[in-house]
Amino acid sequence: MDITAKTAGELHDLLVQKEITSTELTHAFLDRVRRLEGQVQAYVTVTDKSALKRAAEVDAKIARGEAIGTLEGIPMALKDNMCTEGIRTTCSSKMLEEFVPPYSAEVAIRLQEAGAILLGKLNMDEFAMGSSTENSRFFPTHNPWDLERVPGGSSGGAAASVAAAEAVYALGSDTGGSIRQPAAFCGVVGMKPTYGAVSRYGLIAFASSLDQIGPLTKDVRDNALVMNAIAGHDRKDSTSVRFDKPDYTQFLGKNIKGLKIGIPREYFGEGIDSDVAKVIWDAVAALKDLGAEAEECSLPHTDYAMPAYYLIAPAECSSNLARYDGVRYGYRAEGDDLISMVRKTRAEGFGPEVKRRIMLGTYALSSGYYDAYYVKAQKVRTLIKQDFDQAFGTYDVLLSPTAPTVAFKFGEKSSNPLSMYLSDICTVPVNLAGIPGISIPAGFVGGLPVGLHLMGKAFDEGTLYQVAYAFEQHTGFHKVKPSTKEVAAHGLE
Amino acid sequence: MVKFVKISRQAVEHVALLARLELSEQEIGTYTEQLNTILDYAAILEKLDTSEVQPTAHAVPLHNVLREDEVRVSMPQEKVLQNAPDAENGFFRVPKIV
Repeated sequence: MDITAKTAGELHDLLVQKEITSTELTHAFLDRVRRLEGQVQAYVTVTDKSALKRAAEVDAKIARGEAIGTLEGIPMALKDNMCTEGIRTTCSSKMLEEFVPPYSAEVAIRLQEAGAILLGKLNMDEFAMGSSTENSRFFPTHNPWDLERVPGGSSGGAAASVAAAEAVYALGSDTGGSIRQPAAFCGVVGMKPTYGAVSRYGLIAFASSLDQIGPLTKDVRDNALVMNAIAGHDRKDSTSVRFDKPDYTQFLGKNIKGLKIGIPREYFGEGIDSDVAKVIWDAVAALKDLGAEAEECSLPHTDYAMPAYYLIAPAECSSNLARYDGVRYGYRAEGDDLISMVRKTRAEGFGPEVKRRIMLGTYALSSGYYDAYYVKAQKVRTLIKQDFDQAFGTYDVLLSPTAPTVAFKFGEKSSNPLSMYLSDICTVPVNLAGIPGISIPAGFVGGLPVGLHLMGKAFDEGTLYQVAYAFEQHTGFHKVKPSTKEVAAHGLE
Repeated sequence: MVKFVKISRQAVEHVALLARLELSEQEIGTYTEQLNTILDYAAILEKLDTSEVQPTAHAVPLHNVLREDEVRVSMPQEKVLQNAPDAENGFFRVPKIV
């Protein structure tokens, strides 16, 4: 088996047993990146020199007989909206094309301290706005399962890099589904943790009350391992929560007998592809075989989640992105006076989707419309949160498809913003409620991966890992790898 | 309650000024159409009676984060200015304002 196909858990053992060095491992991944990037285009920046330097440091440590941590010496990559000191961080935008952060995001610091080898920065929809990675200002990323299809978004580079084994794992960010939907489209595991569980310090903000960083991995165990490294309170993020962080791996292997799973019927409505729904019902049957109790339930305000989200997220985006004025950092256009300089800077620096959301958000917050749109949406957010609170009074976990369809083709939705927005219909309510959600491989439709979406109580990522791991070990869908000629020809079985 | 209304081309131009975006004639037309499509979709929210509902700004309860007022090391000036499109003598330079 090619070394790049292995999980972090497996690679750790090989490093400890001295079967392989971190330098060899890093070279293997950099070689694979070089060979595949022409087709996949997951990376915006590859940091090969610093990666090899870090790998040599880890190898020296192993050679001295020192113990290494679980993620130490293992190559990974970050979505390009997480600041990395001294390494260009672009948000896949012309606005930040030349931006070299003077500090690192807390998650980058924690992974660096855990000995992770950073291979580079991953492509995304500009400022994380989009569901296909077609909104990147640089190039689209291709789905390793079918290069003519999108990888999902906005963390499309992150999901594609893991699916194509161009990184062992990656971190993405999720504001309305941006970790889970691409994880589903690319057949990998993606966790959107509880709001406040992972520090947002150094994450370039899109919608601050919804944004959350989380891991995309080959399997559930790796996901729990990465969460162990990145979760926990951070004083530099005032919305970060103090909570008793468990060892997330302790939930793996616990049986799910008697566990109560609710299946909200609103998540199987119009717009959900019937073949995708069938895969999800098969997943329900598998969970029942494992002893879980599953039954239909209702989250009555689900239909209102998308419209509320598309007022709240753009409102927060318009406020957050006001900082890009061409003065302190980022792109600047020439103008005769300050206002014309700022307007031209923003006109040239932002792409169409970012401008659309800034316009929508500015309108929703403007005098005379604030109560009708923004406050109304926040009230609806309360109702959606109450739906979840009530459901979690009965159920341990809620279940749905991650996305209404499998990965779509390039251009299929890019001319119609609303149809693109609807690809997040199953994931958006989770962000509004601030609860955790995970997408795991659950089968295939026409050779393309389908994601199973599990939603949990706030700070109960553990139960999600418990159910996800039981399902994964029972079904083995995570072991099926992309067979695209270009991707498979280079090492994957 | 304020009703959801159609957004006019003039309103789009005004919002573009508020948002400090310079839009082309074509963009103004496109955004007028697209914002109306999205706002039409959002009009479903009007169906819900929310008169007794409190708004949620954050899903988790937030508290003031306080700390001792003590001097700490901050980012050096060169680092703060390193990404500036135009800087001089430790200041950000901008076009003439008045």
